[in-house]
Amino acid sequence: MQQFVNITLNGLSQGAIYAAFALALVLIWRATRIINFAQGAMAMFTTYLALTLIESGQSYWVGFAAALVAGLVLGALVERIVMRPVEGGPELNAVIVTLGLFVAFQALAAILFGATFQSFPAPFGLRGFTVGEFTIAFTPFSVFVIGSVLVVMLALTALFRFTDLGLRMRASAFSQEVSRLLGVRVGRMLTLGWAFAAVVGSLAGLLIAGGNLVHPAYMDAVIVYGFVAAVLGGLESPGGAVAGGLITGLALSYVSGYLGSELVTLAALGILVAVLLVRPRGLFSRVAERRV
Amino acid sequence: MTLPETSETRLPSARSDPAPLFAADGVTVRFGGLVALDDVSLAAQPHEVHGVIGPNGAGKTTFFNVCCGFVRPDTGTLWWRGEPVPALRPAQLAGMGIARTLQGLGLFAGLTVAENVMVGADRFRRTGFASALFALPRAGADERRLRERAAAAMREVGVEDYAARHPGSLPYPVRKRVALARALAADPELLLLDEPASGLGADDMAELGELVRALTERMTVILVDHHMDLVMSVCDRITVLDFGRVVAEGSPAQVRDDPAVIDAYLGEEARHG
Repeated sequence: MQQFVNITLNGLSQGAIYAAFALALVLIWRATRIINFAQGAMAMFTTYLALTLIESGQSYWVGFAAALVAGLVLGALVERIVMRPVEGGPELNAVIVTLGLFVAFQALAAILFGATFQSFPAPFGLRGFTVGEFTIAFTPFSVFVIGSVLVVMLALTALFRFTDLGLRMRASAFSQEVSRLLGVRVGRMLTLGWAFAAVVGSLAGLLIAGGNLVHPAYMDAVIVYGFVAAVLGGLESPGGAVAGGLITGLALSYVSGYLGSELVTLAALGILVAVLLVRPRGLFSRVAERRV
Repeated sequence: MTLPETSETRLPSARSDPAPLFAADGVTVRFGGLVALDDVSLAAQPHEVHGVIGPNGAGKTTFFNVCCGFVRPDTGTLWWRGEPVPALRPAQLAGMGIARTLQGLGLFAGLTVAENVMVGADRFRRTGFASALFALPRAGADERRLRERAAAAMREVGVEDYAARHPGSLPYPVRKRVALARALAADPELLLLDEPASGLGADDMAELGELVRALTERMTVILVDHHMDLVMSVCDRITVLDFGRVVAEGSPAQVRDDPAVIDAYLGEEARHG
């Protein structure tokens, strides 16, 4: 029983991170029909920026905030400079470009920050809470992980649901041509969409890194799990991405806890294949058709 | 700007008109070897309903696409309030005060009816990017105004009861009204209606006719349609296209009796009827 609780709690906090990462993928997919394979590498890069600041004596929170702001700027720059020329062209072009970015960011990080493992601090304790005589696998840092992902998701939901800016972003995501006709500055909305997505991705990167080791490829596994989560949720729906993230986190945690950690990657692949075979539009996809 | 001298219908349009609100002058569009529009000219006066009719493939929709910047003409000029508009882009339309409905409606599937219409009112947003992003108080007042504007447009076409629904769940005639409300929310000076009557029953069409007539109080309407009843009863002036060329231009009565038009369009229908 204690093991089950521990595995579940661990799955939830991992799942929250996958959810954030999947959300970043979904935001970009909805707006531009591009799967951003460079999402993880961009998050890795901003996490390294945070680490550099922290190692130079700044507090964790300065590094944390700087990484999120850097994510915002990096996302906007990548969309405006690198992606804009290939948007609207053949889909494969954009995919290749994001893959190229992925490699480029990893290489650049290795050059700038070194390719060795470095430890990344956590702002809260990593010792589990004690319930009765048991120590459960739920740490103050896990609370922070789940809390910060929740805050970001609520903020994004509020932005999209209740503000005019969010309305324009959603309209642009559904039809760029019609939005343009109605006077929406679609280009700006796309830039902003990438910027927000990169912030959420950066958050995922920081949370994965907390209390762990970072190296230029440390986000690679998260890219895979985040992608599984996004597909599970249907790629179209932000809510689905969150649910997909939590389901993926829990499932992989159970596999790791009961079957063996060496099977986790295989299980992720299994989930991906199963979803694509049984419900290719994902568990939560509502919109059945959409031509742009 | 001269209209091609095709028939005697040219004479009435030489009346001492005020400056047209919108004009197309000598517009030619070629798609490869195909000439879709050949030297088409049209002038829409303030507060009139100007119809563009013609058999299928006559170039009506291509002409509309030129008017809203989707298609760049090979030659010819568009005029807006007496000024030439070189290289019109769709993104400029809303700011200029031109709204267009689309044949395919183009409603945003994932947005509610009210939200769809609010996007149409977007050009009245005053707050900049940053204050909208950080939800400053001015942005809140702005949004209330947009909401009110959208509500007024929905009331005008009678879809306010569907405000919270998604377009996909509504019958086609209602969706058409929503698309119209979205265009009206921009409070345009010129409204381009692309086949507003297609898919409507007789009752809906009669209501549409009244609505369009009422709109001339505030704006100029150019409409493309092939329902002759509607076009003849609603339009002040009509331009007839056939094979990409203007074959007639004038009041409904003049156009109806024009042999070129009967040849191109009405005759065919009359024979079948």
